[in-house]
Amino acid sequence: MIEIKNITRKFEHFTAVDNLDFTVSEGEVLGFLGPNGAGKSTTMKIITGFLAPSSGTVVIDGHDITNEALQAKSLIGYLPEGAPSYPDMTVVSFLEFIAEIRGYRDQERDSRVEYVIKQVELGSVAEQRIETLSKGFKRRVGLAQAILHDPKVLILDEPTDGLDPNQKHHVRDLIRNLAKDKIVIVSTHILEEVSAVCTRAIIISEGRIVADGTPAELEAQAPEEHIVTSAAPGRLEAFFRHITEKGVQAV
Amino acid sequence: MKQAISPSLTVFKRELWSYFSTPLAYVFIVIFLVMNGIFTFDLGGFYIRGQADLQPFFNFHPWLYLFMIPALAMGLWSDERKEGTIELLMTLPIRLRDAVIGKFLAAWALSGIALLLTFPIWITVNYLGAPDNGVILAAYLGSWLMAGGFLAIGSCMSAITRNAVIAFILTVAICFVFVSSGSAIVLNAFSGWAPQFLSDAIAGLSFLTHFDAISKGVLDVRDLLFFAIVIGAWLFASAIVIEIKKAN
Repeated sequence: MIEIKNITRKFEHFTAVDNLDFTVSEGEVLGFLGPNGAGKSTTMKIITGFLAPSSGTVVIDGHDITNEALQAKSLIGYLPEGAPSYPDMTVVSFLEFIAEIRGYRDQERDSRVEYVIKQVELGSVAEQRIETLSKGFKRRVGLAQAILHDPKVLILDEPTDGLDPNQKHHVRDLIRNLAKDKIVIVSTHILEEVSAVCTRAIIISEGRIVADGTPAELEAQAPEEHIVTSAAPGRLEAFFRHITEKGVQAV
Repeated sequence: MKQAISPSLTVFKRELWSYFSTPLAYVFIVIFLVMNGIFTFDLGGFYIRGQADLQPFFNFHPWLYLFMIPALAMGLWSDERKEGTIELLMTLPIRLRDAVIGKFLAAWALSGIALLLTFPIWITVNYLGAPDNGVILAAYLGSWLMAGGFLAIGSCMSAITRNAVIAFILTVAICFVFVSSGSAIVLNAFSGWAPQFLSDAIAGLSFLTHFDAISKGVLDVRDLLFFAIVIGAWLFASAIVIEIKKAN
């Protein structure tokens, strides 16, 4: 279970995350939605222990992310925004590095790397330098390092951004397959993705939660005047615009 | 909980491997050797002096390091920030301390390898005469320690900015202060009016003063301690800077 307890993150002139408070349990796939600059990435950076919150705390399976950072971090697999990796390394050597940092050695290390390469279909580029790969492959390398240790908690910041429809479909299948008994938090702009993979969606705007429910519940709340199409993603989009556009107009 | 047995060693291996998988390591080593050759044999008058020692070789090391080491250190942390990999590294189950030390040790190992590859000069002087090899060994150790001092400064400057060129310039500037504070020009400027303890303190901060002592074969614990403290302090500062700056 992840407990996000009243986290706030202030930067010099603005508050990126404003008193967020929610809990995610095993088996849930949480879609994390919001307009650009709403604080999605900042929240994920705090949950994964990259940024310290200005106040509040995050507890991963009983381990405080600040006080028991190593225990908490070893439970998390994280794909940061843009899927960063070391460009001068080959896919295999990069994944071996991650495996070693995660505490796998020798044969165990090799079998983990082999396993994820198969999982995200990187076999054809395994010996290539990461800098030579296409965006889709780089994203998959990022996913591979995130799932390498079969983490209990998987946090993916825009995992399908920049992928073609086939790759998107593949990544969604992957997330669905991985999700059993895990906690998954996915941030995305693509609302059909939420309907496709998530069991729950949270919409944040200006650092605050403005909606929290199953995709179906949120779709049901869409006001009629925003609905363009009656298909489910269209209804979710209508609700998203209804609830986040108010903030934009106020600016 | 699963954790690497030695996370800093894992980071060390990755970094060192990375140096040798790009042209960086080879360019660094070749330029280092060529410059050493020019300094020792041409400018240093190795043959003309007619003495069987490596003073002309080691005398130039502070000035050679002044430009070579910042080039080696400039990408240590700035590249991590530029590529965004710092976010990856800092969310892995590894302490910041281990990452700082692992990266530093990899760069220090590379400078050590470059230094060891100057061994033909040592063979030459042994072929031509009968030098005091104990002094030479001490000087090699002193030179490597000094390289570590420069690198630790470079590590900290590299953490300050995501721009490697800026990191390079800042490192050269600070290293220059640490080298030149022991030179005659700086000390003379203070000797006229400043109290003795002040000019002693300034000279005491200089890499030159401590390196000169070691390179003459005088292995004083205080000189060794000086470099150990310089390295430790700047690496500590690196960790603090990384912690503060990583959010931007």
